[in-house]
Amino acid sequence: MATKLVVDCSTGVTTEVELTAEEIAQREADAAAWAVAEAEREAEATAKAASKASAVAKLAALGLTEGEVAAILA
Amino acid sequence: MANTYTLIQSVTVGSAGAASIEFGSIPQTYTDLLLLCSLDQSNSSVIADIQFNGLSTNLSSRLLLGNGSTASSVTSTALRSYGTNPSDFTASIFSSMTIYIPNYSGSTNKSVSIDAVAENNGTSGFCSFTAGLWSASAAITQITLIANGGNVVQHSSVSLYGIKNS
Repeated sequence: MATKLVVDCSTGVTTEVELTAEEIAQREADAAAWAVAEAEREAEATAKAASKASAVAKLAALGLTEGEVAAILA
Repeated sequence: MANTYTLIQSVTVGSAGAASIEFGSIPQTYTDLLLLCSLDQSNSSVIADIQFNGLSTNLSSRLLLGNGSTASSVTSTALRSYGTNPSDFTASIFSSMTIYIPNYSGSTNKSVSIDAVAENNGTSGFCSFTAGLWSASAAITQITLIANGGNVVQHSSVSLYGIKNS
């Protein structure tokens, strides 16, 4: 059974408490939501990096130097 | 550490691990609160969520993330940080996370900053900075750190400090 640590700052006592069914359900929902959000973030970051690389390659093909491309991107 | 920092409570996780760590009955005698966290997690999520007074509502955050290959950002309706070391990172290495909460006992909305590094020796880690908000007038009397989907493992630790402006 999953547990949580509860620290009472007024007494200094720490207690180990079993999670309720509601807390377990919320925990599972939060984990699933994070997995979806993280996959979206990774996909977005990958797509952005690919777009940038493609743009740089096209600018280079037009004859811009590495320094000129860097100046545009700065 | 400056002499205006006072340790309120510190906790180290035992062999059973913990799905969350909750500080309750927080004294209202300080100006700000600071949590210093060193966390390792049992599953592959790097996320630590923070809640106040047992509520998961009226929270929002924007997170900046660097992972060794890209820099990105995440907007969330949770108060979130890449602040625990996941199970697929180097074993027995712990994250470093600092959570700062100014004006925690006031009646205005509560802003929060979180500075975190999830360590992965030899390969990319996660560095994140979170600007967060809890839109509530209530004073913060309880803070909960939640390991997303797993357990914070043994030897993880969290210390709560109170900070006075004098």
